[in-house]
Amino acid sequence: MRTMKNLKMSIAAMLLLAVSFTNAQEKEKMDHDHGDMKMDHGKMMDKNSDAKAEAILADYFSLKDALVADDTKKAAQTGSKLVASLKAFDKSKYTAEEQKELADIVEDATEHAEHIAKSELDHQREHFKTLSKDITDMVAITGTKNTLYEQFCPMYDKGSAWLSTSSEVKNPYYGSKMLKCGKVQKEINN
Amino acid sequence: MKIVKIIALVLLVAFVGIQFVPTGRNQSDIVPKTDFMKVNEVPDQVKNKLQVSCYDCHSNNTAYPWYNKLQPVAWLLEGHIKKGKAELNFSEWDSLSNRRKKSKLKSIISQIEDDEMPLASYTLIHKDAKFNESDKKEITDWLSSLRDSL
Repeated sequence: MRTMKNLKMSIAAMLLLAVSFTNAQEKEKMDHDHGDMKMDHGKMMDKNSDAKAEAILADYFSLKDALVADDTKKAAQTGSKLVASLKAFDKSKYTAEEQKELADIVEDATEHAEHIAKSELDHQREHFKTLSKDITDMVAITGTKNTLYEQFCPMYDKGSAWLSTSSEVKNPYYGSKMLKCGKVQKEINN
Repeated sequence: MKIVKIIALVLLVAFVGIQFVPTGRNQSDIVPKTDFMKVNEVPDQVKNKLQVSCYDCHSNNTAYPWYNKLQPVAWLLEGHIKKGKAELNFSEWDSLSNRRKKSKLKSIISQIEDDEMPLASYTLIHKDAKFNESDKKEITDWLSSLRDSL
């Protein structure tokens, strides 16, 4: 009789445990880190430029600088900031076709920024390559108030480009290992 | 001795008990039009390897061996599949834009080259899912050519 009671008790306890475990899993799913949402790019308001796009660019450039400095931790932090500024992007003032393109760019860039936020340096650089392509395509639509330089390193992954606000080459794919590798291949003024 | 018996009994009861906790099954009879294999002309070799090594967690259809229907293994597996499909779902491949496809292909190639995929915990049990060097080259070469064609 006593064993019977024990048996019932343990079945009940186990079922409870199992249920709470499944609940915990559900909760974990909702508990996503939304990154640092703080924005301090408000000053850049200009009639002809898109402040939200400038905010994305600003975060992209801090990410690039972190990679130039071989600073994984900083790159991860700026990666999360970039996720937030991409999320805040407002495409409503663009044409329908541009909006479609921009939505695609932002979705892709967000994925790369998310991975950069949680990867090792070499993976961060891999993602930075595709991210650079996305951001370059974005600028082609949104424009920017600054002059940008598209730079190119022929050695990294069969040739890789990135954007910089300075014409001086500082390579984000190799950092200190080959800081000067690359050249300016295009100047962007729009 | 008695305490050992009780513990054993409790464990047994627990094991039986958790079998009644439902888990979602990632199984579907339909291969959607958007499936990677339907929209691309994948060579048989590559197709077979991708299906054996990737589709369990990266498609809408998992081939479940019997032990994966037992708890707590099924829970563990469900988590993996959910995460895997969020990153990449071959069943819904064609719903991606060209930009997204290229990004995904790049990541797939790099993960295979760096031996990060298939996961070590997966190939531990699924020996046939493991890629050797020539498999890796065959698959990544083909995926690269697909990427260049987009």
